[in-house]
Amino acid sequence: MHGAGPSCPVGTGTCCSRPPEVAIPLVACHDCDLLQRLPPLPEGGRASCPRCGSTLRKRPHEGLERTLALTLAAAVLFVVANSFPFLSFEMKGSITQTTLVSGVIDLYRQGKQELAALVLLTTVLAPMFQMLLLLHLLVPLRWNRIPWQLQRAFRLLRHAQVWSMMEVFMIGILVALVKLMGMATIVAGLALWSFVLLMLVLAGAVASFDPEEMWERVEALR
Amino acid sequence: MKGAAPTALAASCASCHECGLLCALPAHAGHGAHCPRCDAPLHARKPRSLERATALVIAAFVCYLPANLLPVMTVTSLGRSEADTIMSGVVYFLTHGMWPLAAVVFIASVFVPLLKLLILTFLLISVRLGSRWRPVERTRLYRLTEAIGRWSMVDIYAITILVALVHLGNLATIEAESGAVFFGAVVVITMLAAESFDPRLIWDRSEASRP
Repeated sequence: MHGAGPSCPVGTGTCCSRPPEVAIPLVACHDCDLLQRLPPLPEGGRASCPRCGSTLRKRPHEGLERTLALTLAAAVLFVVANSFPFLSFEMKGSITQTTLVSGVIDLYRQGKQELAALVLLTTVLAPMFQMLLLLHLLVPLRWNRIPWQLQRAFRLLRHAQVWSMMEVFMIGILVALVKLMGMATIVAGLALWSFVLLMLVLAGAVASFDPEEMWERVEALR
Repeated sequence: MKGAAPTALAASCASCHECGLLCALPAHAGHGAHCPRCDAPLHARKPRSLERATALVIAAFVCYLPANLLPVMTVTSLGRSEADTIMSGVVYFLTHGMWPLAAVVFIASVFVPLLKLLILTFLLISVRLGSRWRPVERTRLYRLTEAIGRWSMVDIYAITILVALVHLGNLATIEAESGAVFFGAVVVITMLAAESFDPRLIWDRSEASRP
């Protein structure tokens, strides 16, 4: 073997960076490394690895358009959810109201900076970056432009997704609510309903985002 | 008769960790190679996967004890203070007849972190011993740990909301305690451990030792 890239021992030449248009692309399973051909999937289709059963690719209906629409909706809900108090607590005439950020500030004041940082990261920063990066990628593509810093934005999005935990936060709200029910009167604010919707819409956006479809569109524009 | 299954590694290729593109690895050890599509560093296997995952699992075990033994919050009401651990929260829900919620908190906060640590320990030991035992099931166990880890954050969020809502001076105040910090550490460290473990190692060993 000489030169920069070794020739492909599989003998197809398709495991290199730019597979020829006609060939059925070769992929390796991310969980067991099995090499296999992945024929184009129909919308709504899903391919699993024959050896270990992990999902190789899922192709949702109108993936990118749906992701863009849901992300726009999520961004609006995110602003509402974080601007208004989501719970008020009333006990013997005293009322406290809380937003998510005020909860983080309270934790910080009690000397639990690590917890404050963790909650801020997983319920505010990561979901925010997730939405901004999805918009950054999908809005230009919608109008046939290649997004600025495409590669970096894509990799950042992958990290943001791991640490974005809106759905877990909803269960946390539920647990806290039930705990306080006996103690005092709890009033759900406008922001609470925005949080519920945000969780559903954001989960929908993530589920309908197919990175492979995004790369195909980028490839077609180049 | 079937030989060893064709893997990307055997073909000197690697699939990108970030975008999944199959790329040819350069002949020289693969140092500094980047994915042509998303520019992420390319590795045939996650670098130092076993060492990293083992260190993180040990760290998580160390944090698991104080997370469950130390109080996660103190409720002060009319001069009376009461420290709550994770388990006492579960017991509170049970004694007040809210067993579905007791189950949610118990599963998310006690069962899931421990299950995750035990599964990762089992996977690490089996890979280090070069086990060929049921690779499909072990891969499935790995995917389970990846999926359930985040749900342990439930208690952290509940505490945050309680702390934010209940600060009425002498009347009633809830404060977060150090148990919650350890608990958060367990969740973060086990998530990092699951991320650094490479499930393909399960298959490498079972392929390598095939007669």
